Amino acid sequence: MNRRDFLKNAAKGIAGISIPLAAIEFINPRELLAKKDGDAKVRWAFLVDTYKCVGCGLCVKACKQENEIPYDANVTRTWVERYVITKDGKRFADTPKGARDGFITSKIELGKDKFQEIKDEEIEKAFFVPKLCNQCENPPCVQVCPVGATYQAPDGIVLVDRTWCIGCGYCIMGCPYGVRFFHPKYHTAEKCNFCYHRITKGLKTACVQACPFGARQIGNIKDPNDPITKIILTERVGILKEEFGTKPQVFYIGLDREVK
Amino acid sequence: MVHGELWTVKELFVYPNEYIYWSVQIVMYPFMTGLVAGAFVLSSLYHVFGIKELKDIARFALVFSFALLFVAPVPIILHLQHPFRGINNLMTPHFTSAIAAFGIVFSTYGAIVASELWFLYRRHFVNIAQPLKEKQDKTLAEWFKFFIFCSLTLGVYDVSEESLKKDEKAIRILAGLGIPVACFLHGYAGFIFGSVKANALWMTPLMPVIFIMSAIVSGIALCMLTYILTMEIRKFLAKRKKTVQPMHQTSEELQSAEITVIRMTAKYLLLFLVFAISLELLDLVFRGYTATKSWDVLRSVIYGKDFTSIFILQYTIGNLIPFILFLLPNLTIRRAVLAVLLVMFGVFMMRWNVVIGGQAFSLSFAGYMHYHLPIIPHDWETVKEGLVGAAGVFVMPFVLFWVIAKIFPVFDVKESH
Repeated sequence: MNRRDFLKNAAKGIAGISIPLAAIEFINPRELLAKKDGDAKVRWAFLVDTYKCVGCGLCVKACKQENEIPYDANVTRTWVERYVITKDGKRFADTPKGARDGFITSKIELGKDKFQEIKDEEIEKAFFVPKLCNQCENPPCVQVCPVGATYQAPDGIVLVDRTWCIGCGYCIMGCPYGVRFFHPKYHTAEKCNFCYHRITKGLKTACVQACPFGARQIGNIKDPNDPITKIILTERVGILKEEFGTKPQVFYIGLDREVK
Repeated sequence: MVHGELWTVKELFVYPNEYIYWSVQIVMYPFMTGLVAGAFVLSSLYHVFGIKELKDIARFALVFSFALLFVAPVPIILHLQHPFRGINNLMTPHFTSAIAAFGIVFSTYGAIVASELWFLYRRHFVNIAQPLKEKQDKTLAEWFKFFIFCSLTLGVYDVSEESLKKDEKAIRILAGLGIPVACFLHGYAGFIFGSVKANALWMTPLMPVIFIMSAIVSGIALCMLTYILTMEIRKFLAKRKKTVQPMHQTSEELQSAEITVIRMTAKYLLLFLVFAISLELLDLVFRGYTATKSWDVLRSVIYGKDFTSIFILQYTIGNLIPFILFLLPNLTIRRAVLAVLLVMFGVFMMRWNVVIGGQAFSLSFAGYMHYHLPIIPHDWETVKEGLVGAAGVFVMPFVLFWVIAKIFPVFDVKESH
């Protein structure tokens, strides 16, 4: 090969290689990361102030009515738990009917129709903890759905497509918080969705609206001026079952280590 | 009533939405796929590794595996709240879910078993279809038979020595390919459970391997059992009349052939049983030793509430006793039958203790759930997710085997490989 041929071939080769290279778009990892979090301006988050909760159960009642969960069915999208720790170190917890009717007796429900009477003077500490779907950033329920019937909206809410769910129950098994169940009427997976039909129209969720003590609040965590965001960013808040890596978006003020 | 409420009894602190959602059919599902995988691996031991002693049971196991294959998805379909939407799993598979792979793994495996069977029985199909093809005045029954076997030949009538050699090679390749796929099919069933991070009992990387080992154990046991049963029937027939069509052996010949095969197969069963038990015990010891957050509740379930079903029913009756029965010298048919029945019971209990045991405690780690299997059905739900449904699923492969064996005769030894 003479010099002329070499230069010719080299030029051809470079030209040839550069065409496919031009087809490849180099992606900036930062850009990708930003894309992953979504361009959405809204990321719904929930704040529960356990100090304010008195266990009246109005939130549960409102939720059941708003979201058409049969009133007497023993499943619920949100519920309130009662924790009682006695002076001798015994721990009790219960949530009779999800606290739909509030805690009307001081007896602790033990299941199998048994109840535990605890005298007031024996109680070391007692409190209520409302629970609902955590709308996890890394939702295991979405991961395990075999047909993609449950999915995460850009604003972070995990939704269920009732027309596509096959009812295998894998998502129910996959949720560490036990928020999912089968809808008694539709027989598809069901869960709290922060009253999606309401919040997307600028309303509050049914439970937030029903709570007379302001124990429940909802807001947009991407908006720095949102009062909820301010509290979450500046105060000491806890989340449930951090060890599962689900990154829950329901934050608690006054979360106790006894909370299951 | 809420799904699951009927058979769940809650104790202490359980979240309000928690019920035993995965009931007896989900116990049947890994049990049945386990039998499929195990039966296939047994047949492959002969086809791939050329273990001559297993020749007789290998063809049998393959056909049985085929029959079981059709039954494997039945428990899931019975369990689904929307069974008619089950097809969505194939239409819009969501691949981050372990269940989404079911369609692909299952059909791949089905294709392998079907093609292996075809190569194995091709000559048989031709032998039946060829004379019928040439026959002029066929009766209706013959037309029917001709139609079936003619279709089964797929138009290939070449049964020369050379092409049969090729068949044999194809069988070996397919059987070899089938082993990892069968293991995958079942290992993946284990993965469905093992990957549920919310469930403290299920979440272990050992789960798929444990499932594969116990699958092989149960598959071999079922093949042995069915093999013995069919041999006993043949012996009975051979005794009754001297000339039963395809078999020319006497009752005594059959007897000696049977016990040789059973003793040989039992050795492989024992081998896999040892693996299975070791892994299960390793898992248990490891959980106790590391004693993470969930250990308190797990311990109370394993050593307390479920003690009988784990240590008595599964380990003692299902593993230890058959282990001893097999190890004692001079294994007889009767003892083998008892042992394989116990082994299968043990594997079933293992599935039970995983599936039901995994839901025996609340996600709160502060409460328990007890499962009450619906025995007498009173509505559709208690039929399909009760004793009736489970028993139906268990009987189905035997019925199917009886039908399939009419097309793929398992004892018509002389004309196939």
